[in-house]
Amino acid sequence: MSGELRMPSVRFRQEREASWRALEGLVDRVQRSGLRSLSAEELGRLPVLYRAALSSLSVARAIALDAALLAYLNALAARAHVVLYGGREPFAPAFWRFWARTFPAAVRSLGWHTLVAVLLTALGTGVAWRELARDPARFSDFVPPAYAQGRGPEATDADLRQVLQSKETPRSALIHFSSFLFTHNATIGLASLGLGFAAGVPTAYLVLTNGLILGAFGWLYGSRGLGWEFWAWTLPHGVTEIWALLLCAAAGLRMGQALVFPGRVSRLSSLRRAGDTAGVVALGAVAMFLLAGLIEGVFRQSVGQASVRWAVAGSSFALWSLYFSLAGRGR
Amino acid sequence: MSAVSSIRGLQTPEGVPIQLELASVGDRLVAAMVDLSLMNLAGLMLAILAVFTGGRGRAELAAAVMLVSFFVIRCFYFPIFELRWRGQTPGKRATKIRVISRSGGPLTAKAVVARNLLRELELFQPLGILLAPASVAGDFPPWLGLVAGLWVVVFAVLPLANGDHLRAGDLVAGTLVVRAPPMLLLDDLGATRGRPALQFRVEQLDIYGAYELQTLEAVLRLGNTLDNASTLAAVAEQIQKRIDWTPGAERVGAYEFLSTFYAAQRARLEQRLLLGERRERKRPAP
Repeated sequence: MSGELRMPSVRFRQEREASWRALEGLVDRVQRSGLRSLSAEELGRLPVLYRAALSSLSVARAIALDAALLAYLNALAARAHVVLYGGREPFAPAFWRFWARTFPAAVRSLGWHTLVAVLLTALGTGVAWRELARDPARFSDFVPPAYAQGRGPEATDADLRQVLQSKETPRSALIHFSSFLFTHNATIGLASLGLGFAAGVPTAYLVLTNGLILGAFGWLYGSRGLGWEFWAWTLPHGVTEIWALLLCAAAGLRMGQALVFPGRVSRLSSLRRAGDTAGVVALGAVAMFLLAGLIEGVFRQSVGQASVRWAVAGSSFALWSLYFSLAGRGR
Repeated sequence: MSAVSSIRGLQTPEGVPIQLELASVGDRLVAAMVDLSLMNLAGLMLAILAVFTGGRGRAELAAAVMLVSFFVIRCFYFPIFELRWRGQTPGKRATKIRVISRSGGPLTAKAVVARNLLRELELFQPLGILLAPASVAGDFPPWLGLVAGLWVVVFAVLPLANGDHLRAGDLVAGTLVVRAPPMLLLDDLGATRGRPALQFRVEQLDIYGAYELQTLEAVLRLGNTLDNASTLAAVAEQIQKRIDWTPGAERVGAYEFLSTFYAAQRARLEQRLLLGERRERKRPAP
């Protein structure tokens, strides 16, 4: 057998090499300077060349024993695969789709989990209220001193009322306060979501603790006849903030459920599905926390009338309810 | 490609599997350290900027901008880079690794967000508890630091404990971190003309299999240099002995012999491959 006879694999390579090189050039350019560096004509050729390279790879595996050729085609296909499936969506449409459809749909899919989170919060609130009605000295058991900041059974009515009044504060200080509240709450929310990975137990614990704190303050102000003002002070931002916290917790519980009870699919794929929802909810919740931080830091500190505060609380509740129940439905 | 165990098959939507090498835990650690350093550096720059621009009266505004920027960096550094750079961050680019979808389909924004959301749980939260307990939520009992330390260790060990080096975020997002393979098309050794004087009989070509052929290819790719002269000579001698080859009138060098034998051997094996017979390894010696 002499070198004169060309092997099929050698001929195969000679015939196709130009198209592989062309794909290699395009892939190189996209990875260096982005898809926009390609002309419309090159953009159209990219998937065609990719499919040709994949078919070459599959033919080469069947007929060729040249290890270098197989490695090259495999690498070329892998690189081109990343370029075609690397996950880059144009930002603006993806952004609008997220708010119009993806986020509300993800929230709707968490109905039961949200209900559980609401019930856990209610349980915490109820327990704290009942226990405190029996023994006010237990206040510090439910509310960490860092949260209480002097508010407790021993505080005077005047002290408590003072917190609820609007203060004359410069605007820049309010913005600072908002940004602190936002980052703090968002971190707690994301933590309760992420902790869902630990079978959801820490998430449930966090939600319950939130309920305890809420109940303890509710009781404290209620017992002094300041209930109306207290809720007017809490709810304008509280509706958005607590809702976002509940959504984070619900997504965390969903993740815990996926891990413990995967159902008919494998644990990995069930966790992956829950992870999709969790990612969406996390993004949406961060935006909700931002909004809540702004309401809390700026609006609450500059508007003092309880009736206006109640109106804001009520309308934000109505808006969120409408948004989550209607947005993106039926498409 | 190194150890066989680190190669994973990825099913493309077109139905042709691609072989990929997993990123090593070391590469990923280096990538994460590069990224974390960059994040810290960006935060530091912002802080310096805030100190210089935030004059009297605007100090609180500067502090607010800084606080939110830190949060944005912490939450969005990884997702934004991984989305814009197709599964890479500066650290991953430096170590030549990237994130892909385990299913072979597109890497979705949801997956990128989910895998980086879990970083919060794996790293940032427990580190926060360890380094600054008061900043997380009020006063924690001291034993919580121990729990947080254990927590970090458990999540750090997770990628070592499963075959695909998945961290918790990869588990949840359905992603995989692989090495970006180099694209290098080497010359076709089978296309070189051998010495017409060298002829091999079919029986001589029916001894070795694909594995030996590709080993010979690797030896030939070392090149016909002085350094390899002894290797080439040893391999040539062993093959000549095994296939019972008798030198003709003309003297041939080891490299010449081997490259001619390679072409002939490959032609024979590929011919049989076309007929559906794949010989993987050599026949046992008689």
